[in-house]
Amino acid sequence: MSLEIIGIFVLWLFLFGYVIVASIDFGAGFFNAYSLYRGNQHILNKIIQRYLSPVWEVTNVFLVFFFVGIVGFFPQSAYYYGTTLLVPISLAIILLAIRGSYYAFSTYGNRMPKRYTYVYGLSGLFIPASLSIVFTISEGGFISIEQSGPVLDIASLFTSPLTWSIVVLSITAVLYISAVFLTWYAHYAKDEEATTLLRKYALIWAIPSLITAIGIIVELKFHNPEHFERLVDLWWMFALSVLFFIGTFILIYKRMNYGLAFTLLCGQYYLAFFAYGISHYPYLLYPHLSIFDSFTNEAMAIALIIAFIAGLGLLLPSLYLLLRLFLFNKEYVQGRNDSHV
Amino acid sequence: MASEQGVLYSRALTELTLTFHIIYATIGVGIPLMIMIAQWIGIKKQDDHYILLARRWARGFVITVAVGVVTGTAIGLQLSLLWPHFMELVGHIIALPLFMEVFAFFFEAIFLGIYLYTWDRFENQKKHLLLLIPVALGASFSAVFITVVNAFMNSPQGFDIVDGQIVNISPLIAMFSPAMPTKVAHVLSTAYMTSAFILASIAAYRMLRGSTHLYHKKALYLTLKLALVFSISTALLGDFAGKYLAEYQPEKLAAAEWHFETEENAPLILYGVLDDEEIKYAIRIPYALSMLAHSNPFAEVIGLDQFDEDVTPPLYIHYLFDIMVTLGMLLILIALLYIIGLIRNWSFIHAKWFLWIMVLSGPLSMIAIEVGWWFTEVGRQPWILHGLMRTAEAATSNEYVGWMLVLFACLYLLLGAGSIYVLTSMFKRNTVEQELADRKIEKGGDTFES
Ligand code: HDD
Ligand code: HEM
Ligand code: HEM
Repeated sequence: MSLEIIGIFVLWLFLFGYVIVASIDFGAGFFNAYSLYRGNQHILNKIIQRYLSPVWEVTNVFLVFFFVGIVGFFPQSAYYYGTTLLVPISLAIILLAIRGSYYAFSTYGNRMPKRYTYVYGLSGLFIPASLSIVFTISEGGFISIEQSGPVLDIASLFTSPLTWSIVVLSITAVLYISAVFLTWYAHYAKDEEATTLLRKYALIWAIPSLITAIGIIVELKFHNPEHFERLVDLWWMFALSVLFFIGTFILIYKRMNYGLAFTLLCGQYYLAFFAYGISHYPYLLYPHLSIFDSFTNEAMAIALIIAFIAGLGLLLPSLYLLLRLFLFNKEYVQGRNDSHV
Repeated sequence: MASEQGVLYSRALTELTLTFHIIYATIGVGIPLMIMIAQWIGIKKQDDHYILLARRWARGFVITVAVGVVTGTAIGLQLSLLWPHFMELVGHIIALPLFMEVFAFFFEAIFLGIYLYTWDRFENQKKHLLLLIPVALGASFSAVFITVVNAFMNSPQGFDIVDGQIVNISPLIAMFSPAMPTKVAHVLSTAYMTSAFILASIAAYRMLRGSTHLYHKKALYLTLKLALVFSISTALLGDFAGKYLAEYQPEKLAAAEWHFETEENAPLILYGVLDDEEIKYAIRIPYALSMLAHSNPFAEVIGLDQFDEDVTPPLYIHYLFDIMVTLGMLLILIALLYIIGLIRNWSFIHAKWFLWIMVLSGPLSMIAIEVGWWFTEVGRQPWILHGLMRTAEAATSNEYVGWMLVLFACLYLLLGAGSIYVLTSMFKRNTVEQELADRKIEKGGDTFES
């Protein structure tokens, strides 16, 4: 494996991690707001608080890892993406900031008025929507190189069907991933009422999430035929991914083994995410930027990889401890143990 | 290439974000250490006042961390959004510490989550304290790594330029740039010092409001003792930072000191105003600048006459430097008076006016941090990368920076007001007296020895 590929693999893996943990977080916020609207907030509130409270900062670091890493391994991407993405990313930062601070303020400070809970819930849909625009842009066709530098054609971006299908995909995926995870978590906490409600959400969002994903592949055929060809070559990965999807769906439907259902879901998204990533190779931005011409020098690449391995040696045991103490600790999950500061 | 206005807006937005982030970042670096010390004393003396102190600080800390994290995410992305040419260039050379910083955050975030949710969960209190060590280490190391990047911007090294190409890159040499040791040490020391003064301010404020509780006396004594230690070390390390400047960025020092002519036996100029290159109403301390720059009263100090006008920083940094140093000296004096006064039983340290001064110490220390950073960053101008890349060449060509400036200004207003509101109402609702009574923990800790 070349250094370029190691670099992009590590980054893609962390982005996948962010997609999963952030989806759970965003979806949970949305379900919380929705249940407040429906007047049955008591059902979900506790489950969501218990899971989210100790880990929200960790979720954010996954994102930071990705963008710091990509500038480290592929400095030229800072130039292309940095110049063009000012507006969409700034909006995403502002939403993330409101969300993160609201979260801390309300958990540790006061009960917040209702409308903040709605804003919080909706931000969980707008953030993935605004971040997903990066994927659309990476397909090419929206950036032209002018004399002053790369320029984003905002009008054609916002009128392209590809943009909107990716936005819809990101939202359905967020709701589906989150619902499946929380179903399992609620079941684990022996909270039958919440399990029933969340299971219903999971079933509702399953089919839309699949349809939107297939929709994107069709869109790509028109927007970026080269990428589409490469996607088709990887048909077996997508087929496997769909099998995993069916597995999750059946388990949830039959109320069996929710833990396995969530594992299969991770497998489904892992396969689809990597199939997409592999078919995108070697471009970071069609057709201007490939991982080879944007790559950093060898000395820096090796230093980053060494730092990464050393860092993992430190992090993996700590993450394990975190999961042991909260996610997989029966006493904590079931709410018998309350020792917050 | 960016327009002139674009550069201006990019600079303004960077200044705004960093000026806001540094408030929360400084607290984020210093407070974990203070919590650790208080909890450790509490466990060792079996004094529940200190344990409660640690617990209440930790609660407030959560709020400031949240704002630190979101503004940090903003500045992290803005570096690429606003300075794409800069990041493209330095990504090749100094990406390593930025990357390591993320691991430091990760480490901190994980253990902070665990620490906050495991109060009273362990039989052995020391085990709980152990969880705080990675939090404090993670926070301090993120400051170390980011300051390493900033040091590199001031004294870039670890590469060669051949025919306009960067070659022979060595990430480690780039990290250990000449500016690094003094800068890192000074930044860490100021973060600890400022956190201690802020906590002292709170205790002093409670006493002004009429509290005579031992809890606040202990808090004030502990925090001012720490503040004294760190403010003295800050001044010493600041002096080393000045010596670094004399050696590697003489134009910054010369502009800060209004030192126009290269000369021996250089005097130090404090305050004053500039009237057409003529300095008025200033205090001159003979030989002091030579002393500051080279530890030798007769040494030669390079003046602004040695530099082209288009590579010298704006002269107003003189005021920024003076404010920082004045505040540094003043804060040492405040802490010293209180500690000596307590030992010698001077009564004025309990007087209202002196309590007010102590209430001010926290904000003053934060002001010193702010002007210190403005001094270093403005003092590096016109360079973004000293001697290699100008700020104007680095900025984005995107046309919407002005709008983003407005948006972020609103955001920070919201976050600042929100965090102040939440912090004050959080502690008002749950007072110390009430919490102590609730927990019936007046058993230990009714004694106070200084
Ligand atoms: C509580 C805050 C505080 C206080 C009391 C002081 N400083 Fe400071 N100083 C900082 C906070 C700070 C800072 C914010 O941390 C800076 C900005 C950038 C940096 O590296 O540290 C800084 C930078 C800085 C620099 C510039 C370094 C550079 O540009 O590379 C010098 C020469 C000094 N300081 C010197 C001093 C001296 C002689 C002080 C005497 C008491 C002093 N500082 C007190
Ligand atoms: C946290 C404390 C910091 C503060 C308060 C701060 C503040 C500032 C200020 C006021 C400027 C503008 C100078 C001018 O008006 O010309 C500036 C410039 C800049 N700083 Fe810093 N800075 C800090 C740390 C850093 C660090 C650690 C980095 C790098 C990793 C950095 C990167 C930059 C860049 C890229 C600029 C260029 C923009 C410009 O020159 O206006 N800063 N900073
Ligand atoms: C250009 C300069 C800077 C950048 C790019 C930057 C970047 C960041 C980022 C991305 C985060 C959020 C990490 C997370 O998700 O947990 C953060 C938080 C933090 N930053 Fe900064 N930072 C800068 C300046 C500084 C400086 C100068 C200091 C210290 C002196 C500092 C100390 C911290 C700390 C301690 C946190 C953790 C939040 C907290 O505990 O309050 N940062 N920063």
